[in-house]
Amino acid sequence: MGVEICVEGLTKSFGHQVIWQDVSLTLPAGEVSVMLGPSGTGKSVFLKTLVGLLKPERGSITIQGRDITRLREHDLYEVRKLFGVLFQDGALFGSMNLYDNIAFPLREHTRKSESQIRRIVLEKMDMVGLIGAEGKLPGEISGGMRKRAGLARALVLDPEIILFDEPDSGLDPVRVAYLNQLIVDLNAQIDATFLIVTHDIASARQVPDNIGLLFRRELVMFGPREELLTSDEPVVRQFLNGRMQGPIGMAEEKDAAQVEQELAQLGDAGHTTTPGSQELPPRLLPGPGITRPARWQAIAEREGALRRREVAGA
Amino acid sequence: MSLSPTGALRHSGNLFAMALDVVRTIPRRPFQAREFIQQAWFVASVTILPTALVSIPFGAVIALQIGSLTRQLGAQSFAGAASVLAVLREASPIVTALLIAGAGGTAICADLGARKIRDEIDAMQVLGIDPIHRLVVPRVLASMVVAVLLNGLVSVVGVAGGYFFNVILQNGTPGAYLASFTTLAQLSDLWAAEVKALVFGAIAGIVASYKGLTAKGGPKGVGDAVNQSVVITFMLLFVTNFVMTAVYFQVVPQRG
Repeated sequence: MGVEICVEGLTKSFGHQVIWQDVSLTLPAGEVSVMLGPSGTGKSVFLKTLVGLLKPERGSITIQGRDITRLREHDLYEVRKLFGVLFQDGALFGSMNLYDNIAFPLREHTRKSESQIRRIVLEKMDMVGLIGAEGKLPGEISGGMRKRAGLARALVLDPEIILFDEPDSGLDPVRVAYLNQLIVDLNAQIDATFLIVTHDIASARQVPDNIGLLFRRELVMFGPREELLTSDEPVVRQFLNGRMQGPIGMAEEKDAAQVEQELAQLGDAGHTTTPGSQELPPRLLPGPGITRPARWQAIAEREGALRRREVAGA
Repeated sequence: MSLSPTGALRHSGNLFAMALDVVRTIPRRPFQAREFIQQAWFVASVTILPTALVSIPFGAVIALQIGSLTRQLGAQSFAGAASVLAVLREASPIVTALLIAGAGGTAICADLGARKIRDEIDAMQVLGIDPIHRLVVPRVLASMVVAVLLNGLVSVVGVAGGYFFNVILQNGTPGAYLASFTTLAQLSDLWAAEVKALVFGAIAGIVASYKGLTAKGGPKGVGDAVNQSVVITFMLLFVTNFVMTAVYFQVVPQRG
């Protein structure tokens, strides 16, 4: 079972520049959460703060009753063993081939024999579809393969929490779809707590249990997927629909008068703005070969009921 | 690197803090023997040839200067004594330091800096591995060991070069040159030079690692870090060299 992460009043700034302030949220144990936000709103900084790579100015991050913002370096290394992190470019060790990269955490932290290590590494490589590429160096493979190898490395220590830093950036739509399916399958298989940082709306609509949105140096909203997807909050609506009209501008936020005008035009053009009328996209479910735990069983049933109602309505 | 005085102080503080971390981490098990051997081999392989090539002309210059100086003073019989002293006490630790910092330190800094900007260091920390223990300690120890060994190499090559130039090119007397070796120099000079080399190796390794691990801002950041690490190491080395020489003259009684 995964571990709950409780973030309270978190504030981070570099020098005088505030990245975000007063972020409070709880990532429920074993669920998939997505953190959305326009580029440059400090999503990656948030992720690095969660694992204690960056120290926040204020606030607390509680994992298993321990506040990791106040832990000593030595204890921090212990807590980090709960985490698996997939970095943007995989962050593989350039001097080692894929096999050694994925075996690295096992060799450092466990006393397993080479044959046991081999079994685990090959199992994880099979999970992410990298069998046959063991001997390749990170510089010789594509970005998508690097990401999958990074994911395999994050998985070998059986983490309770997995953080994904833009798993879909730089990948083609097909690979993104495969990666999303992989994430959902993994969640059903290992039951860890997932946090995905991204600005890909399609993934955010299909994959998570919870969605959060960072904008204007604060957490605009965090809650169950249904709540955000049907929300009428202008920032959330603009971002999830990927349109220009709304509070989010090219460089920064826009002034209020312009936003109102744009939204009015949008309303005139016949787009729906009545509350609760947003369509809920279907949820991605674990693949057929995966045995679904109770949580996913319930989700699948809820999804099935929702679809049937839609069909009946049509 | 900011130019404000507090920025400079902060960097010195962080550098010193990392040096303390390294010292504290050295006894921690398991010792990264494999990494240490790889790094020692690597540092040695990039420094041995340049060191030997630099120390020949360096020894020759000293021999030429001292040869003509002793002739002017009418003390040719002391030519050997003086040139051994110069090579052993000053020239070899300085040549070693320059090459360890210039060839070994830059390679270490560039390697760690490239890993830093590719998020490899962050990934390592997230995997629960302390980069100081896994990467920095073996590199610092490797550069210390190689510095000590290189110092020996420079001494031998420098003295041989001095002999060649003084005896063969300046028509000095071989017997007098060799016989006067121990009139001024003593064994403690060699020990002092080795201690200097050890300290220089440590400084070069720590500064290079610190600069590499704090590199930021993409590939240009790595270049800047390498550049700064060489400059900072050289400044620290010459100051340290002065202090250690002054202390040495106070502590060890001199001959003659």
